[in-house]
Amino acid sequence: MITYIIRRLFAAVLLLFIVSAATFSIFYLFPRLVGGTPETLATRYVGRAATPETVTLIAHKLGFYEPIWVQYGRWIKGIFVGADYNIGSSLEHCPAPCFGYSFITHQPVWPDLLDRLPVTLSLAIGAAILWLLLGLSAGTISALRRGSLLDRVAMGISLAGVSLPIFFTGLIGLLVFSYTLNWTADGGSYTPFTENPGEWFYSLLLPWVVLAFQFSAQYARLTRAGMLETLSEDYIRTARAKGLKERDVNVRHGLRAALTPILTIFGLDFGLLLGGAVLTETVFSLPGLGKYAIDAITNNDLPKVLGVTLMAAFFVVIANLVVDLLYAVVDPRVRVG
Amino acid sequence: MTDQTQPFLEVKDLKIHFPTDDGVVKSVDGLTFSVERGKTLGIVGESGSGKSVTSLGIMGLYNKRNSKISGQIWLDGDDVVSSDDETVRKLRGNKMSMIFQDPLSSMHPYYTVGQQIVEAYRVHHSVSKSVARKHAVDMLGRVGIPQPDRRVDDYPHQFSGGMRQRAMIAMSLVNDPQLLIADEPTTALDVTVQAQILDLMHDLQSEFNSALIVITHDLGVVAELADDVLVMYGGRCIEFADATTIFDRPEHPYTWGLLGSMPRMDRPQIDRLVPIPGLPPSLINLPTGCSFHPRCQFEPRTGGLGSTTMPELSPAGGSKHLVRCHIPTGERQRIWSDEVKPRLEA
Repeated sequence: MITYIIRRLFAAVLLLFIVSAATFSIFYLFPRLVGGTPETLATRYVGRAATPETVTLIAHKLGFYEPIWVQYGRWIKGIFVGADYNIGSSLEHCPAPCFGYSFITHQPVWPDLLDRLPVTLSLAIGAAILWLLLGLSAGTISALRRGSLLDRVAMGISLAGVSLPIFFTGLIGLLVFSYTLNWTADGGSYTPFTENPGEWFYSLLLPWVVLAFQFSAQYARLTRAGMLETLSEDYIRTARAKGLKERDVNVRHGLRAALTPILTIFGLDFGLLLGGAVLTETVFSLPGLGKYAIDAITNNDLPKVLGVTLMAAFFVVIANLVVDLLYAVVDPRVRVG
Repeated sequence: MTDQTQPFLEVKDLKIHFPTDDGVVKSVDGLTFSVERGKTLGIVGESGSGKSVTSLGIMGLYNKRNSKISGQIWLDGDDVVSSDDETVRKLRGNKMSMIFQDPLSSMHPYYTVGQQIVEAYRVHHSVSKSVARKHAVDMLGRVGIPQPDRRVDDYPHQFSGGMRQRAMIAMSLVNDPQLLIADEPTTALDVTVQAQILDLMHDLQSEFNSALIVITHDLGVVAELADDVLVMYGGRCIEFADATTIFDRPEHPYTWGLLGSMPRMDRPQIDRLVPIPGLPPSLINLPTGCSFHPRCQFEPRTGGLGSTTMPELSPAGGSKHLVRCHIPTGERQRIWSDEVKPRLEA
């Protein structure tokens, strides 16, 4: 078990490096491959109005003329020890961990990310609880009452949930529940938990429901399929032959086994969401990582995009690691070596 | 009720039908038999003859929503067919229990062997987990698992095939059932392990004095364990007798076929085993007349009755011997001793 954990941790660290290199390449290497020059890269930092001399100077100061691996090394070094950016007028300091420095807002990226994280975290955790509760129970009941009216209604709703995009359900939700019925908060009214838990809950209620609706639809289908498969296993017949109550047969033996693959998918989904629920945050104007990423892309703010991308990748990798470790807890057959 | 002379299990005219889109599958169609405590009944037949369906039916494991069950299954004073689900559930695993064919897929991969035995015990006994665990360790020891106090915490995949079947047996015996049904208990095991498991089942049966039903297509298993043998074909009993009669003086052509297709060490080696020609019949569309007649080489001797009329199960040569065949019993005995037996031993 210990070796298993160590092996997994090692793989996760390696993966993060690969992801960071890939992300870095996308923003600094690939533009060159398609004809970009250090000057065109530097233009993004100084704005289009700058003179060619200024652009060259900035490109020089930012090290864009150096080999790509030197640039990558300096960027990685910045994450661990911080970095200084000298772009003419003043010396900008970006303390460790420096995930980049935005020359548009004149701020390091990391504090921004830390600032945005709680919003995304609140959104993701709340929605996850909701969709697991809804999806698993709907899926289980559908599987047990297969072919019944209940099953068909639940699967019909879930088909809608899977197919309707958030920017549709979200806007309809806002229109109906916020602006017409006044049951939920208007768009763009986020209150941090630390300030007022009640307001926080109120402001996130609709985003939770909308986000969870889509996911629970998917999870209900997964759970139903998994349950149907498990219920035909031999060990379910054994459980019944032991004289177990039908509820124990279904939950302790059936659902328990059907949950394992769902755990994997949940890890991935949750990890992705922590990187920013882009659509949900945009529709409800929630100041989370997803909204941050969208704003950065719209403003062509490369360091921010790079920072938030790496952060998102980090969460996916971590979520996968946690899932792998949990898998060993959930499925004893994995616990070898 | 648990009088020694009174059969512990009595099945009367059991029918288990499954309505499907293609028609009604008559898996079991009018089966009657009984088993006493301390006795072993072997149910023999090809795949699809209805033997496993019978066992699951006795255990009350069929959903009344998608199957039609009629007849009676008397288990120590309770009728499994007409009792409500909760009553049958309390019998299951307690008064009657079952050993399945493949012990790996029949045990839950996520729970330890101990947890699964403890669960089986605690369904029917309100005791603490530690008491039940002691019981589980004790049972594992009795079925011959070495270091049971340590192995109790292992998962099924950490056991070998034979050990797993032993654990399965331990689990089914933990509540001291008076009826044990073993459905192909040795099919998934190595031949060497098979013999051990059969010995174990034999010993445990005499120790617990339970009624045992062994379901198999392997006549070797029957020879080893059974007191009585019921041969099934197309959902019906076609021959019933004590084990000696079945092996020495069988009267049904199908039983002859089964014996001919079984390798035997105690007889001179014949060139080839003789398979029964044809395939088991479809349980949706059984042949008219005797279900076996399309495959029966003696069918011409029925004078045309074979293809028109289903023969009754009627008394034959041996004691309590019943055979479902149009050929008269004297004629059958003659065919067996003059034509079939010499060929098997040639």
